[in-house]
Amino acid sequence: MESWRRHPLVFWLINLPPTLWLVVFFLLPLSIIWVFSFGEKEGVIGINVTWTLANYVRAFDPLYLEIFTKSFWFAGITTFLCLVIGFPIAIFITFSPARWRPVLLLLIILPFWTNLLIRTYALIAVLRMRGYVNFTLEWFWEKANGVLLFLGLDNVALLGERFQPLELLYNNTAVVIGLVYVHLPFMVLPLYAALDRMDKSYLEASLDLGAGQFRTFFAVTVPLAKAGIISGLIITFIPALGSFLTPDLLGGTDSQMIANVIERQFKSANDWPFGAALSYLLMYITFFALAIRALMARGTSAMEAA
Amino acid sequence: MPDNDVMISIKEVTKRFGNTVTAVDQVSIDIRPGEFFALLGPSGCGKTTLLRMIAGFELPSAGQILIDGQDMEGIAPNHRPINMVFQSYAVFPHMSVFDNVAYGLKVSGVPRAEIGPRVEESLDLVKLAGYGPRMPDQLSGGQRQRVALARALVKRPKVLLLDEPLSALDAKLREAMQLELVRLQHTVGITFIVVTHDQKEALSMANRIAVMEEGQVRQLASPAELYEAPNCRFVADFIGKTNLLQGRVGGLSGAQVLVQVEGIGPVPLSGDKEMRGEVGVAVRPEKMRLRGDGPAEDEVGIKGRVAEIAYFGEVSFVYLTDAQGRSLSVAVPNHKRTGGGAILTGQDHWCCWRPEDAILLPE
Ligand SMILES: Nc1ncnc2c1ncn2[C@@H]1O[C@H](COP(=O)(O)OP(=O)(O)O)[C@@H](O)[C@H]1O
Ligand SMILES: [Mg+2]
Repeated sequence: MESWRRHPLVFWLINLPPTLWLVVFFLLPLSIIWVFSFGEKEGVIGINVTWTLANYVRAFDPLYLEIFTKSFWFAGITTFLCLVIGFPIAIFITFSPARWRPVLLLLIILPFWTNLLIRTYALIAVLRMRGYVNFTLEWFWEKANGVLLFLGLDNVALLGERFQPLELLYNNTAVVIGLVYVHLPFMVLPLYAALDRMDKSYLEASLDLGAGQFRTFFAVTVPLAKAGIISGLIITFIPALGSFLTPDLLGGTDSQMIANVIERQFKSANDWPFGAALSYLLMYITFFALAIRALMARGTSAMEAA
Repeated sequence: MPDNDVMISIKEVTKRFGNTVTAVDQVSIDIRPGEFFALLGPSGCGKTTLLRMIAGFELPSAGQILIDGQDMEGIAPNHRPINMVFQSYAVFPHMSVFDNVAYGLKVSGVPRAEIGPRVEESLDLVKLAGYGPRMPDQLSGGQRQRVALARALVKRPKVLLLDEPLSALDAKLREAMQLELVRLQHTVGITFIVVTHDQKEALSMANRIAVMEEGQVRQLASPAELYEAPNCRFVADFIGKTNLLQGRVGGLSGAQVLVQVEGIGPVPLSGDKEMRGEVGVAVRPEKMRLRGDGPAEDEVGIKGRVAEIAYFGEVSFVYLTDAQGRSLSVAVPNHKRTGGGAILTGQDHWCCWRPEDAILLPE
C-alpha cells in the first residue's frame, strides 16, 4: 500500500476499473432512483422530477405505516428466533472436534448454493396441508389412535374423528418460519466466528472459579461474543426487513412486507416515484442500523484489544 | 481414608488422546499439604495435561486423583476445591479488576457484605491495592497475572494450580515474581502446583519437583537432590549443565564401583553396585577445575584444548575438546575484576575433578 501511494499513476490505474464499476452500476442507478423519489408520475412511463416531498409524505399514510410496522415485527421476530436457534448451533460447532467443524459449517452454508426460489418452494412442499409436516403428524395421529383402539377407547374419539392437518402455509407463521429458515446462516456464521476467536480459557476460568455452565454462558460467553452477536443481529435484520420472496410465496393476504409494496409500485402499480421513496426510506433505516453497529463496535473493539 | 500428609494423590493416572497420543503415562505422585510443588519437563511432556486433569478439565483415561482424600471422579471443575492460574491469565476483559476478583465469590453465593473486604484483602496480598476500578486493558502483563492470582486466591482453595505462570513475563520481572510467588505461598499456606519448562524456575521456587519426560515421571525429588543426584541421563542433562562421559563398569573396589572412563582409566565412583556394562558419568561444569599441569592427587582429569569461552558475568564457561573429540565444559568463576591468569582459546588445559563429585548413571 505504501509504495502505491508513492506512485499515484499506478494507484489510479489499478483502482480505476473497480471505481468505474461502482459508479456506473451502483452509484449512478441509486442516484437515479433517489432523484425519482422526488418526482411525479406523468402518463404511463413518464416521470417529472419536481422535487416534491409528496411521495415521502404518502409513505407515512397509516396503510403503509402499518406495513412498515409489520415488516419490523417480522424482521424482529425472525432475528430473535435466529439468535435463539443460532447460538446453540454456533456453540455446538465451536466445540465440535476440529475435523468436523468444516463439515458442519458447510451444512450451514449449503442452502446458499441453492436458489432461494427453489428453497422456498421446497418449504411449501414441507409445510402445505398435504405436506411432509402434516404427513408426519398424521402418521403419529394414526399410531396414537391405534394405541387407543388397542386400549378399547376408540369409540370415545379422543383425538377427533379425523386427522386435522395444521394450516402451516399462507399465514404470518409461515412467513416467520420461512424467514428464519432463510436467514439462520447469517446469524450462525458471525456467532461462530466470534466464539471460535474467543480464548476458551475464559470459559475454563469461569468454571474453575465455581460458576456453572449457565452462569458462564451469560456472564462470560455472551459479553465476550458481543461483537459477533451485534453483527449477527444486524446482518440478519437488514435482509429480513427487505424480504420480498418469502412473504410473497409463503404469506397470506395480510402477510405483506414493505418490499412487496415496493415491488408493486415498480411493477403493477407503475408508480416509480413512490416506489423509489419507499426504497429510500428502507435504505435509511438500514444505514441507521449500520451506524448503531459501528458505534457499538467501537466500544467492543477497545474491549477486545485487552 | 484421608491421609493427613497427602493433599493430592495421583494414582497411576494415564491420559490418552485418541489412539495414538499418550500425553500422561501411569503417573503416580503424592503432594503434601502446604507444599510448593513443581511439574518440570520439556514442552509436550504432558505437564499441562496432568494439571488439567487435577483441575477437572480433562478426564483421566485410567487411574485416580484424590484431593484431600476425596476421589475427584465425576466431580466437575466448578465443584473442586482448587483454583487455577491460566497460562494466558484469562482475566475477563469485560470486567474491572474488582469484578474479576469478586466473580468467584459472587457465583458461589458468598454474602455481598463479605465480598468487598475479601476482594480488597486479596488485591492487597498481590500488591494491587487500589487497582479495583481499573479495566484489564489498562494493566501490564505482570499486573494482569497478579489479578489472576488474586482471583484464584480469594476463593481460599486447598490447592492452587499455576500453568507456566511466568513464561509471558520478561526476564527481570520473572525473577522478581519467582520470589514473590514463594513469599505468597508462605503467606497463604496453600499447596501450590506449578507447571514449568524452565528448570531454573523450578529449582528456585519448589520444595519438590517431578521431572517429566514423554508423559512419565523420571524423578521426583527436592531441587538439591535433583541437581546433585539425578537418577538418569535425562534428568542429569535437563537440570543444569552437565558433562556426560561414557564409561564401563570394570569391577568393585570396596564400597565403590570402578568405572573405566576412556582417556582417564579406572575411576572409583559411589553408586549402585548392581550396575554392569556401559554406564554414564556426569560431572557438573562447576565441579571441574582447569589446571595447566595435570590433576591433583585426589583428582582425575582429561586433557583438552580450549575451543571457546563464553562469558556470563559471574562465571565464564570454557569449552574444551579432548583427544577423543569429546566436548567438555568447565565453569570458571570470575573472582577477580581484572587479570587472574587469563585462559585463551587454543591453549591446552586439564579438566580435573574429584571422583566423589561425579555422578554414576545407569545406561
Ligand atoms: N486436546 C488434545 N488433543 C490431542 N492431543 C493433545 C491434547 N492436549 C495435549 N495433547 C498432546 O499431549 C501431549 C502433552 O501435551 P501438554 O500436556 O500440553 O504438554 P506440556 O504442557 O508439557 O507442554 C502433547 O503431545 C500434545 O500434543
Ligand atoms: Mg503446557
